[in-house]
Amino acid sequence: MDKKIKQLRLVLRNCGFIDPENIDEAIARDAYLSMGKVITEMHPAEAIKIVKESGLRGRGGGGFPTGLKWEFACNNKADRKYVVCNADEGDPGAFMDRSVLEGDPHSVIEAMAICAYCIGAGEGLIYIRAEYPLAIKRLKTAIAQAREYGLLGKNILGTGFSFDIELRYGAGAFVCGEETALIHSMEGLRGEPTVKPPFPAESGYHGKPTNVNNVETLACIPVIFSKGADWFSKIGTERSKGTKVFALAGKVNNVGLVEVPMGTSLREVIFEIGGGINNDRKFKAVQTGGPSGGCLTEEHLDTPIDFDNLIEAGSMMGSGGMIVMDEDDCMVSVAKFYLDFTVEESCGKCAPCRIGNKRLYELLDHICKGKGDMADLDRLRNMSEVIKDTALCGLGQTSPNPVLSTLDNFYDEYLAHVMDKKCPAGQCRGLMEFFIIEENCVGCTACARVCPVNAIAGERKEPHKINKGICIKCGACMEKCKFDAIIIQ
Amino acid sequence: MKRLESYDDLRKLRNETREKISSYSDPKNAANRVIIRVGMGTSGIASGATQVLEFFREALRKRNIDAEVLMSGDMGYSYAEPTVQVTRPGTPPLVFGDVDTHRADEIIEKYIRQGEPVDGVIPVDYLTIEEI
Amino acid sequence: MDTVKLTIDNKQVEVKAGTTIYQAAKDAGIDIPVLCYMNLHDMGIENKPAGCRICVVEVEGRKNLAPSCSTPCQDGMEVKTNTVRVLNARKTVLEFILSDHPKDCLICPKSGDCELQDLAIKLGIRNIPGEDIAEVSTYRLDTSPSIIRDLDKCIMCRRCETMCNDIQTVGALSAINRGFRAVVAPAFEQNLEHSSCTYCGQCVAVCPTGALTEADHTNEVLRHLANPAKTVVVQTAPAVRAALGEEFSMRPGTLVTGKMVAALRQLGFDYVFDTDFAADLTIMEEGTELLRRLSAHIDGDKNVKLPILTSCCPGWVNFFETYFPDLKDIPSSARSPQQMFGTIAKTYFAGKKNIKREDMVVVSVMPCLAKKYECQREEFSSNGNPDVDLSISTRELAAFIRQANIDFRSLGEESFDNPLGESSGAGVIFGTTGGVIEAAVRTAYEMYTGKTLERVDFEELRGMEGVREASIDFDGLELNIGIAHGLGNARKLLDDIRSGKSKYHAIEIMACPGGCIGGGGQPRHHGKSEILKARASALYLEDRNKAIRKSHENPFIRELYSSFLGRPNSGKAHNLLHTGYFDKKKKIIVKQ
Repeated sequence: MDKKIKQLRLVLRNCGFIDPENIDEAIARDAYLSMGKVITEMHPAEAIKIVKESGLRGRGGGGFPTGLKWEFACNNKADRKYVVCNADEGDPGAFMDRSVLEGDPHSVIEAMAICAYCIGAGEGLIYIRAEYPLAIKRLKTAIAQAREYGLLGKNILGTGFSFDIELRYGAGAFVCGEETALIHSMEGLRGEPTVKPPFPAESGYHGKPTNVNNVETLACIPVIFSKGADWFSKIGTERSKGTKVFALAGKVNNVGLVEVPMGTSLREVIFEIGGGINNDRKFKAVQTGGPSGGCLTEEHLDTPIDFDNLIEAGSMMGSGGMIVMDEDDCMVSVAKFYLDFTVEESCGKCAPCRIGNKRLYELLDHICKGKGDMADLDRLRNMSEVIKDTALCGLGQTSPNPVLSTLDNFYDEYLAHVMDKKCPAGQCRGLMEFFIIEENCVGCTACARVCPVNAIAGERKEPHKINKGICIKCGACMEKCKFDAIIIQ
Repeated sequence: MKRLESYDDLRKLRNETREKISSYSDPKNAANRVIIRVGMGTSGIASGATQVLEFFREALRKRNIDAEVLMSGDMGYSYAEPTVQVTRPGTPPLVFGDVDTHRADEIIEKYIRQGEPVDGVIPVDYLTIEEI
Repeated sequence: MDTVKLTIDNKQVEVKAGTTIYQAAKDAGIDIPVLCYMNLHDMGIENKPAGCRICVVEVEGRKNLAPSCSTPCQDGMEVKTNTVRVLNARKTVLEFILSDHPKDCLICPKSGDCELQDLAIKLGIRNIPGEDIAEVSTYRLDTSPSIIRDLDKCIMCRRCETMCNDIQTVGALSAINRGFRAVVAPAFEQNLEHSSCTYCGQCVAVCPTGALTEADHTNEVLRHLANPAKTVVVQTAPAVRAALGEEFSMRPGTLVTGKMVAALRQLGFDYVFDTDFAADLTIMEEGTELLRRLSAHIDGDKNVKLPILTSCCPGWVNFFETYFPDLKDIPSSARSPQQMFGTIAKTYFAGKKNIKREDMVVVSVMPCLAKKYECQREEFSSNGNPDVDLSISTRELAAFIRQANIDFRSLGEESFDNPLGESSGAGVIFGTTGGVIEAAVRTAYEMYTGKTLERVDFEELRGMEGVREASIDFDGLELNIGIAHGLGNARKLLDDIRSGKSKYHAIEIMACPGGCIGGGGQPRHHGKSEILKARASALYLEDRNKAIRKSHENPFIRELYSSFLGRPNSGKAHNLLHTGYFDKKKKIIVKQ
């Protein structure tokens, strides 16, 4: 393998190479062959064994072994079972699933059919967010074309195996990516998680055994059958097999999708594939795992990325968001940004998530305004730990991660905010001080005239002064000054 | 489309489609047409891929260049959308980034017609599953 | 029976498989606090959204704390309910909940009877960190004739939602909005008045905080009592006497009829009467209607509607008017005992005493919140003057007694006034599920067969099963009887009627689980179903102790017919004691 080439396109194998609206192009690249092989030549138990041996783990965030999940659903006997594809991709800035569905919808359809055959399901549902109109359109086209070929529907390839797929639309609630909430939403109920057990594999959609897999997980399945479990399990690390797609974003040059074998380091992803930091600024942190992940630092850059290493480092794989931050990013504000998201997206069912996250947000905001003290930092940690320990579902259990990881990795910045009342990154307005450099000021009065609160005084042609007690830190004066006389301290 | 009645039917179809598609995209076949694939995922479309696709169709037709203009999903190069993959007969495909109609024109005139280099080529930075 | 062995706080415990950690701990004498959880296991009512996270415990080997209310015990589990980690988490979560709750305990209608307050006391909360910067969610106050919704106090326990949707199948309340703004409300945050709410009050009965309370009318009652120009008459429903004592720390199921009468007299009511009297009257009217429809049916009249449904429960009346308006000519047209009492008091009794209608105020004490709505219905008034002016709940009466410095427990026993205070045992058992139909059977049997009923107790009609049925031999005619309590159970019987599958001649329906003894205006049962059973037993005891146990034998009822109404279902009786029903679907607004 070429040393410089870090990416491996496994999930994205067809994205960019086929016309997603023409099934023939997909079939030319082996689409549905794995399904054909499984349903004509394999017993479900055999096929499940292959998925287990591949070591594939769920790509939606949980990292649960996919083969095991299928086995549970298979072992629960019922008159009806369901296969659900979770396409409710909700992490801000993440679009791995959308790209797969827009570029290679057949891989997901094929994988769902394989899963259905393995667990004994006859119906499949794709829960996709309504904000993905193009993916929906392409999925619909792909399903219709697969039906015409008899790759979906009754008696597929003359084997007697029947399976068909319907779409269900999500209305944009982040929590509906949690599988129990997703199922409730599909049933027409409020999208709220419920306590597991019972797991969907026992009692899911309409109380029937249901297997829920994420888009990216499913997209791996056909490859596992075409190339073999052994081939697949050779890629990656000991406990995380295969590749992972990341949506690389933030202060990095090559923003976009990246697919790398598990075990690739963050440094390789950010500095080699991602082309390094914008404008040659200094790298500060990388946030993985979406809003419920954590912020990792320089010292984690050489950690091989896999499910377990990221958790150990205080973050998580999540669905694959990766946001790079540089020295201009204030980590307290970053934590606040993510909390703002979870506060909005909490379903409100359990108290720690409904109220606790709101309180975390308020306290972070308090600190960013320069009003925090040392006791607040202890409280921040206690609240975070309790929310993590007591919340009902994955959303609440991980929502304090941005706070905990920044407290762990950037405690100095928190200290600067509460002790010195300074924001080292110069991001927190509440902690800024605008200051006029006497030598540069010519006394043109432009700043005084633009100040909305009359905080600037001074004689014409004499250096002016800003009254800190009145200044609201709007920055209008700095924008107006032509002599670079106004600076932030 | 004919319903596939068996696994064999499916394999047969795979071979047929592969042949059909390779007849216009196999780089080894010098007699083939030029193949252009425009990345038409959400990121591509948001950056203007639809106009680029239309431009290629229109311009190639008007300039009498035998070419197939197809669409695909995005390749993931969000920083360089719209992206366009161009396969000249006999040469490996190249992916161009930041393709607007201006650059598309340049690609047609310089690269497709004359094989001259054009700015904006995104190097292949990945392996395919066939390669490992 | 499969059992599992585990340890809880180092105690060895063996429980049936499937038992929750909470229940196993409780059985082992470990009282894990709960807030959202509620289980009336005998009634099949359970609420365990696992949302409050107060009952969390540490389970060895598990990453997060587990909600004990909904985590089943497993073999070999090691559970700790009081480690530092658990105690800190529990306290912090309660502080979260309190941080989004008004601190007006001193003037809250639920003060002293609030499960959130109890928990704050139990966990020793002394301050709420970060209170100064904490936003508190606020909502519009929603007042209806029966129920006040003050959602600032809602803690999202979802009990009301369980009662309204799962048990009552009314579907007026559900969680809306997300995150910090999540709250339980009618669709599109409409007021209850524009929802499918039946005012059954079961939401109020289970609300742990002051978010759902009754519309309190005690002050208006007080004003009338203070006005010398008014003659204030009070009637008390049967279920009140079986529960009022609980408000004064008396054992559930203690009958306090005599003390209640004494208290009402001390409060200054001019006449203390009994709704049970009107219950006897209801039996005369409803029983006659049943026999009339039954005879017509036997005679081959195809137009006659059977089964006949009881109509004394206003929550139930609201329910069928909303959900089954197409069946509105099936229930008996007899008014409820509360309303029969009101008209008789303001016509017959007022006439006897020469009191002008406008100078008489009729107050009812009810176990029910829907009664507050019922007495405001337009059809139950004459020239704008309502037959029943005000209805207060058992809880409101208790509060009133306390305010008036009356030491309830030491009161002597007094008797109701006459003529509207005498009742049969049949009138008494109106307060529990199965009671109305048993009372009707006692009278209808004798009316129909002309024979004396020897066996007065119909055990086959009693019990707490949600849907019950029995066949009673009316001297050769098998009368098929159905009974449902809880509106969800009623819905099942109604669906059968709608699809023509019902085999019953008569059906008794009460909106509240257990009947009126479990009404929305009763002292709170706090999830203990044994309290409801004790109340029912108390009513059957009072019935047994009565000299007269059949409604038609009540001498004052006979007197009322002979001197005023003529006979049951007479024209006059029809005018005064019967009513019609309306399609209520129209009042529901389902847009934003």
